[in-house]
Amino acid sequence: MAGAEKAKTVKGRGHRFHILLRYALLITVGSIFIFPLVFMIVSSLKPDLQLLRDSGSLLAFVPHGDISLQNYFDAFERVPLARFMFNSVFVTVVTVFFSLLLCSLAGFAFAILRWPGKNIVLAVLVATLIIPFDTISVPLLLLVNELPMISRDGFKIGWLDTYHVQIVPFIADAFTVFLFTQFFRDLPKEIIEAARIDGASWFQIYRRVVVPISGPVFATAAILKFLHMYNQYLWPLMTSQTEEFRPVMVGVQYFFQLNVAWGEIMAYLSFITIPVLIFYLFLQRAFIESIASSGVKG
Amino acid sequence: MSELSAQVMPKRGGKHAGKRQEALRGWLFAAPVILLLTVFVIAPFFFAIGFSFTNQRLISPNPTEFVGLRNYKNMMTMRFYTLEPELDPNGNVVLDEDGNISYPRLRSFTRNNPDYPKLNGLREVHSWQVGQNRLYLLGSDVVFVRALLNTLLFVMVVAPLQGGLALLLALLINKRLPGINIFRTIYFMPVVISMVVIAMLWRFIYDGNNGLLNSLISFISFGNFQGADWLGNPSLALGAILAMSVWQSVGFHMIIWLAGLQTIPSVLYEAASTEGANGWQKFRHVTWPGLRNTAVFILIIITMQAFGLFVQVDVMTNGGPLDSTQSLVFQSYVRGFQKQDIAGGSAISVLLFLIVIGISLFQAWVTRDRQAS
Repeated sequence: MAGAEKAKTVKGRGHRFHILLRYALLITVGSIFIFPLVFMIVSSLKPDLQLLRDSGSLLAFVPHGDISLQNYFDAFERVPLARFMFNSVFVTVVTVFFSLLLCSLAGFAFAILRWPGKNIVLAVLVATLIIPFDTISVPLLLLVNELPMISRDGFKIGWLDTYHVQIVPFIADAFTVFLFTQFFRDLPKEIIEAARIDGASWFQIYRRVVVPISGPVFATAAILKFLHMYNQYLWPLMTSQTEEFRPVMVGVQYFFQLNVAWGEIMAYLSFITIPVLIFYLFLQRAFIESIASSGVKG
Repeated sequence: MSELSAQVMPKRGGKHAGKRQEALRGWLFAAPVILLLTVFVIAPFFFAIGFSFTNQRLISPNPTEFVGLRNYKNMMTMRFYTLEPELDPNGNVVLDEDGNISYPRLRSFTRNNPDYPKLNGLREVHSWQVGQNRLYLLGSDVVFVRALLNTLLFVMVVAPLQGGLALLLALLINKRLPGINIFRTIYFMPVVISMVVIAMLWRFIYDGNNGLLNSLISFISFGNFQGADWLGNPSLALGAILAMSVWQSVGFHMIIWLAGLQTIPSVLYEAASTEGANGWQKFRHVTWPGLRNTAVFILIIITMQAFGLFVQVDVMTNGGPLDSTQSLVFQSYVRGFQKQDIAGGSAISVLLFLIVIGISLFQAWVTRDRQAS
């Protein structure tokens, strides 16, 4: 009896030790992921001299000493950051909006409607998933350089240096269509039948029946598109040659040759990253699930 | 639509009209997406193939000409050549003042030597010592060959390393403990941040003079170690980029492993416990067999992502030092955009696409095999 009791406490102690060990590991690994980010934000508040002095000790991760927003003011002065931020947000919001609208409509057509040629079109669409954007960016550059457009100054040829060129090629993507198609396929058929019997048109069914019950898939598609557009680099780098249309990520280039003004660089990086981090921390479950679902692409 | 709705269509002949209307709406709703994907994905894809056989430039006064396989040939011509040591009249190997074996000059074979027409114009990519001989890898486009080799090396190291670390992280957080979600959130955090931001931040971390990493190394070792110029050293730069890339995206693959782990029925673990299996045995005989498909899948997506290596190179090293961090996508950008050589950039893109499709076919083959068994 006493022996059994003893064995139990020994086991309990071993168990507790295991849990402690696991927490120690979790925290160690966690610090590897979080400390560079803490360093970025903390450093953005320090003058350069102090930043360099602190980086030799754990003070690098502590906001102390001469803390101010001066680096942010300096970064705004060096780079038209407000303009870049507006461009990024504008391009992202417009693309997300049209992408959700058009891709969900197409998903509705593929999942619910019956029309000749549907399966072939869907197969071609899914096949385009395998084409990485990196492999078409160069010919796409030539293509958009020859495309006509109507701007404020009238008709012209060539989309370089516009909002169009950053938005239109990314509105439709096969993965988003695929996401909507999968989701709409699993909706209960009865509610669509019922609406049909009531004499609703197909667009009304999409608008009033399907969209209102498809919140999750719209959220997933929106998060993925938002991250992709806001974080994009290669394409805007090639197509935005003047500051007027340049997004924040390309703006990082202004600091490439500036290895001394680290405080300013950290301020710029923090300024363009903190909004995303806030979004992420508030909606972390939705973010993680969305991105995990994007892994299904393959 | 099922028979039911067709039956209750009120009007005469409504079944037919309804069908035609449905078909029309189907095309109408899908049309914008079909049009956009055709113009912005499918067309450029075929253009890439077409341009790669021409001398197309972004802006050029001369008409475009068909050049056949010239772009590919110019990039991909590679030869091995072995230099034998110089021998003195007695047949002994000639040594220089430092005691090194002396060889005939490589240039004497690759510059207009009528006896070696196949080596003409080639330059050294890499060389190895093989016994007394010196083995050279020669290429017509040294930068391209470096980019190809670096990309392949990057992919081959990143795929197992990142996949393995992601699995360890997944096993670490796959336990119902208070606060575990906080750790999941933290591990995943770098995934949502732009690679541009991450790469710029790590430029400071890796900096050779005042960088955070070197300062911390010196701090932890009480000044005994001084670190290195991580991005300025040709033998370290690619590794430094690789470590940072793993740090940025390992959380993403951790989540996919986690999803795989959670499909394994807990009954299996309970059964293994009853039979007295220890932690490793449980992993070996329950967890790992349940994760095989996830493993194939994860390796494939890491590989696909790794072939796209670009942002890190552009932000951190610009391909240097000494071309040690050139990558395929970076070269396709440099040629297609910076040098406005659309044809050359497209040829690299097509090559990249062939590699990617090869991997996809391999994936299809591996999964088919598994389903059959």
